[in-house]
Amino acid sequence: MSDLLITGVTYLGPDGAEQRGDLAVRDGLVAEVGRVEDVSGLDRLDGDGLTALPGFVDLHTHLREPGREDAETIASGSRAAAAGGFTAVLAMANTSPVTDTAEAAERILDLGRAAGLVDVVPVGAVTKGLEGVELAELGLMHRSRARVGVFSDDGHCVADGRVMRRALEYVRAFGGVVSQHSQDPALAGAQACCHEGELSGRLGLPGWPPVAEASIIARDAMLAEHTRSRVHVAHVSTAEGLDVVRWAKARGIAMTAEVTPHHLALGTDLLAGYDPVFKVNPPLRPTADQEALRAGLLDGTIDAVATDHAPHARHDKEHAFVDAAFGMLGLETAFGVVHDLLVTTGSMGLADLARVMSVNPARIAGLAGHGRPLAPGEPANLVLVDPAATVTVDRAASQSLSRNTPWHGRTLTGAVHATILRGTVTAREGEPAAC
Amino acid sequence: MRHLLSSADLSRDDVRMLLATAAEMHEVQRRDVKKLPTLRGRTIINLFFEDSTRTRSSFEIAGKWMSADTINITGKGSSASKGESLRDTVMTIDAMSVDCVVIRHMASGAAHQVSQWVDASVVNAGDGTHEHPTQALLDAYTMEQRLGPLAGRRVAIVGDLTHSRVFRSNAITLRTLGADVTLVAPPTLMPSGIGAWAAADGLHLTDDLDEVLASGPDAVMMLRVQRERMSGGFFPTPREYTVGFGLTRDRLRALTDANGEAVICHPGPMNRGLEISADAADAAQSLVLDQVSAGVAVRMAVLYHLLAGEEDAA
Repeated sequence: MSDLLITGVTYLGPDGAEQRGDLAVRDGLVAEVGRVEDVSGLDRLDGDGLTALPGFVDLHTHLREPGREDAETIASGSRAAAAGGFTAVLAMANTSPVTDTAEAAERILDLGRAAGLVDVVPVGAVTKGLEGVELAELGLMHRSRARVGVFSDDGHCVADGRVMRRALEYVRAFGGVVSQHSQDPALAGAQACCHEGELSGRLGLPGWPPVAEASIIARDAMLAEHTRSRVHVAHVSTAEGLDVVRWAKARGIAMTAEVTPHHLALGTDLLAGYDPVFKVNPPLRPTADQEALRAGLLDGTIDAVATDHAPHARHDKEHAFVDAAFGMLGLETAFGVVHDLLVTTGSMGLADLARVMSVNPARIAGLAGHGRPLAPGEPANLVLVDPAATVTVDRAASQSLSRNTPWHGRTLTGAVHATILRGTVTAREGEPAAC
Repeated sequence: MRHLLSSADLSRDDVRMLLATAAEMHEVQRRDVKKLPTLRGRTIINLFFEDSTRTRSSFEIAGKWMSADTINITGKGSSASKGESLRDTVMTIDAMSVDCVVIRHMASGAAHQVSQWVDASVVNAGDGTHEHPTQALLDAYTMEQRLGPLAGRRVAIVGDLTHSRVFRSNAITLRTLGADVTLVAPPTLMPSGIGAWAAADGLHLTDDLDEVLASGPDAVMMLRVQRERMSGGFFPTPREYTVGFGLTRDRLRALTDANGEAVICHPGPMNRGLEISADAADAAQSLVLDQVSAGVAVRMAVLYHLLAGEEDAA
């Protein structure tokens, strides 16, 4: 760990307003903000034109290890995360084996620490083997060194209302939260891969109707109210689902929600060419849903942006559309997409972006050291972004082991310049530090 | 024309040209010696991932009658289940420098995807519940043989529209030719978003088959009800389906009373007694066997325009 002096950088003051000055980082903590008196022993980092934000926190990442190390490893996913400005990522449980025991969770924690580029926080499965039948060892995962607090069967919906109720009741005892993949399997089965509507009808692809999402969110809201527990809606994708979240929040139910960059910015029409790179679950939705989701993010109905980074080996994507794997890369492009879509257009400021990409997700996941204000004594988990930089996404340059990015060839305004984890630079200009 | 992936790839002029060539090919079919030298030295692979009798054999005969080397590769189930990607499968075939891949696949969009990967011309011989463009061409050809030009003619397409690639291609080609198209199905077998789709493409929608027949359409196309749909909750029982949407003996009479010239099509294989009664299937107005006969000629025309030069077809 080297100590840093970041000069002439823009940062968010206590009131959220942008200020400019120098930052000193010592011993992994923010030491001084604004004017730095003692510059001895500090490595200088020129912050001119850059803005310092709290390091991004991703509530929804698939790192594929253990089980599919050909698609991603905890090390390669950590590199992608650092390059994308993340200082913490929550690693989803749908690995092989599933993260449904304390030992499995600790193993992921340890592999993350060994990679050393980002805090890899394991998500525990809600049910054994993601089968939706019996509860996984929720308490033991929480008591483990991994201190698991977020549980999800992501990839699968906890469809059985009784199982979901028990999970919510159980995790409430230790302040855990269930992150639900809201997809009623009776209304949108495993084959469902295209937003149900005119395009799915014309293309002859199995439809995925909004009601399959909204009805589960509604049920879970009622269960959260009934159990006085906390539920998080993963990757909300429809205006209908969003309306239910808005209703639940107005009613005082402890429900939070995330949206992915691709559901904010990419539409159903991209499926017209049957390119499986655009196959994701839930599917890309029509323009009206994208607009509703953006509005929901701006008005606070949606708490967080989460990537649902889902690397896949090439051969798993080069099947016929209905046979190809669901998911797309997201870690390295998340900031650029959100910035390009919402900040350069004036819809939100960088303080808002920091709230939805760092502060709120850290709070939802209970990560004390992340999403903190830039103040002396706080952990130096930071990202330096260059709002003026333009980057053309090149999938060949990705740090991920996979190449399934839907953003290939797109030019985005706004780039991550450097990522700092507890005072150590973990990535600069898209290149992770050697560790 | 490099590929034939969707009926939407074909302009009205394209369809007219293909149907005119098909008529020439149909003449050849009536000769004692049917062999044309047109595609000598060309290699056509019939890549069928899904069972098919009439489509595969008619493509094979079409190629052989034009002296192409035709090879059939059939495999049950998707390549995904065998651990090989679809791309790997077709790249292996393309590496053999074939000229044309005729593909039938149970997944919608498969032909479209394959066309992005290979150098060969690709013909969609049916992709999942998406399209079947040569079926639409042969249906149009058959109907025009009996009815003359389809512009302004009224065609009803009846049955399981949701899962029918025959319907999707026919709706496009019939509209391209200027026919008036009415879709008839129970609400559960109408495709997603059909309202906006029908409005955009000028299709009429109804669930009242009797009303449609009483209006005296020029052609009624009955679609096959797949066995696996019968237990899928799309309709209560086969009996109820037949009462609501089958071309029964009584309905055949109603159609004949309303329009004595009306013709009946079915892409086959038929479920006699379910969507079509034996009386209708075997009626003088039935074009079912004419459709099969036209299948070879139409596929000869398609292969000719994709693979041959500009010299006369026959």
